[in-house]
Amino acid sequence: MPSKVEGWKDEVYGTEIRDHLLQFAEAGWSSIPEDERDAWFERFKWWGLYHQRKGQESYFMMRIGTPNGRLTPEQLRVVGEIAKEYATGPVENPEFGDAYCDWTTRQSIQLHWIQLQDIPDIFEKLEAHDLSTIQACGDSWRNIVGSPVAGRDADEHLNAWPVIQELHEEFKGNDDFSNLPRKWKVSVTGDTRGSGQGDINDLAFEPAVKEIDGEEVKGFNTLVGGGLSRKEERFARDIDVFARPENVADVSAGISALFRDHGDREDRFNARIKFLVDEWGPEKLRSVLQEEYMEYELPTAGENLREQYNYNAGKADEPGDYIGVHEQNDGQYFVGLSVLVGRQSADDVIELADLAEAYGSEMIGLTQRQNLIVADIAEDDLDDFLDEPLLETYSPDPHPFMRGSIACTGTEYCSLSIVETKNRMVRYARWLKENVAVPGGVEDFHIHLSGCTASCAQPQIADISLRGMKTRKDGEPVEAFDIGLGGGLGENPQFADWVEMRVAADEVPGYIDNLLRVYESEREERVVPEEQRGRDGEAVERESFREFIARHEDDELTGMAEPEETSYEDPYLGNTKMTWYPYAEDTEMDAAPTPADD
Amino acid sequence: MPTSVHQLDDGAWLSVNDAREVNVSDLWWLARHDFCSCEMADFLAEGFVEIGVDHPNVEGRIAGQCIDCGESGVTDWLTLGRVVDPDSGRFYAVDTTSVHVPERRRRLARPPE
Repeated sequence: MPSKVEGWKDEVYGTEIRDHLLQFAEAGWSSIPEDERDAWFERFKWWGLYHQRKGQESYFMMRIGTPNGRLTPEQLRVVGEIAKEYATGPVENPEFGDAYCDWTTRQSIQLHWIQLQDIPDIFEKLEAHDLSTIQACGDSWRNIVGSPVAGRDADEHLNAWPVIQELHEEFKGNDDFSNLPRKWKVSVTGDTRGSGQGDINDLAFEPAVKEIDGEEVKGFNTLVGGGLSRKEERFARDIDVFARPENVADVSAGISALFRDHGDREDRFNARIKFLVDEWGPEKLRSVLQEEYMEYELPTAGENLREQYNYNAGKADEPGDYIGVHEQNDGQYFVGLSVLVGRQSADDVIELADLAEAYGSEMIGLTQRQNLIVADIAEDDLDDFLDEPLLETYSPDPHPFMRGSIACTGTEYCSLSIVETKNRMVRYARWLKENVAVPGGVEDFHIHLSGCTASCAQPQIADISLRGMKTRKDGEPVEAFDIGLGGGLGENPQFADWVEMRVAADEVPGYIDNLLRVYESEREERVVPEEQRGRDGEAVERESFREFIARHEDDELTGMAEPEETSYEDPYLGNTKMTWYPYAEDTEMDAAPTPADD
Repeated sequence: MPTSVHQLDDGAWLSVNDAREVNVSDLWWLARHDFCSCEMADFLAEGFVEIGVDHPNVEGRIAGQCIDCGESGVTDWLTLGRVVDPDSGRFYAVDTTSVHVPERRRRLARPPE
């Protein structure tokens, strides 16, 4: 029997939700019939609106999908202005104030405390600047991810941006694909870095070359069924299909139609295509795709470029992100800026937009590491740009713990999360920076903190993975984390090994400190012969943290370091989920604001 | 009036008559259970998997794990609360900090007639 959500979707779904949404916005919050609220909130997701958690009734999170994470400075300014005007809540966040933007791991934008009556104005402002919330959530094509610097990156196989634009145009607002069994996450990567992180997407196109009719053709290999949620992590599987850039839309249509028709609509926990790939295997999926959905003979896969991947790959000698100054293929530069946990105040967003425009930038990029890129800086302007005061906060050369820290939304707003996340990760990163010696040679260390098994902060693919948990301390329930080690992508992707379970949140920084001491003292090093030294002239080659973890068996990793209380203080150790808002003066549910209306 | 019950937001909530009533993320003490080998499971609720009604009780099976032994899985049916007066639809949730007995185990524990 189809799930209840499927029943709601059968009644109203897709583009038609918008008219209802705008009518409700016009008539006010109380116009949504009480006995229809769950159904409408489920549907509103399709237009990028997620009703916030209990205690925050009538407030919404709004997600804006930016394909490939690309914005113009003007678009960035509009987002900042909308955040400043509309994303203000009843209580300030102690770290970030009262109006801010979240840059997400899927290169989208999230704003909080949005009220129903403001949505028409916000939509109008967004759409006047070619921005939209369409399909940012819900059961359909989500924001398409990839490299924001496609077409500019010197390390590029082919420019995937035109392909992503085509997919965005084709599959947003397309009634044939608007009601899928579950979310549909797509990645298209044309660079040699692996920055699209295709391995963890439902559908991924990764750079490849194939000889066809004696000619070497640049295109993509096709992978299906990746994802991280619910302790059911899967890497996307190679279905042995090569797609020329001009064929990607056809292959995408075929696979997403296959998912639409064959995905599980009875059990939402079994609905993602990763489970269909588990059940069928890649060979059957390919044959059904070929026989039922394609009008031409699909070529077999080409030769991939994975051995060159370095994005979030845990390499010792190459950065795994876009932070820093990089030369573009046109002689200009793009500069990657660190945004700790991906949250930036609206004022800073507007200031950055002005700055980018003043320097002639035509593109701002949101990365899957929750950071920002400002592109198109002329070589002559580079020093001045790097000296701008705003870059002291959003640094192109950050401390490794500030650089590599990612966090999801957490109990501040999210119904699923078990623990507080962003403010805690900020406090962790600051404490680590001030108290922990970074092992020599480590410039880029990835800590991903996720509030629950939904894995929005991609915890399984980090040097240190933190996943929200509970434990008891002195008999009282406290927020805690399961700790995993050694995950990452690259040529040979690897999920983290979960080695320490239910560590109280205030003992995690001490654990990381102890673990890094072990790593520094026990990692392997070798002297590099002079003739083999790279451009950096490094005389010693050190084992990366990920390599160090991979060298050890699970039972060696468990207990390798001890969790420990330190000078780190955790103000969120109690049950933040029981509050209406964790940072309010009076956090009791009874103190929650009454629903805003009309 | 009929009572509407379902799980919401990927299993984050039990909704009763379109009001979010019982949340995940809490610890539940489970007694006389076969979830794990602990005498009392200290169970962290991570997601509602199924919701049902055994009038007047609203019941659910919950995915999660015992934080004492680490065993993960899905519980048998647990009473989540009850709608005493269907006309008003007023729902009374159980106190998650008290002790709970999953349904299937309770039946098995009854003495033979």
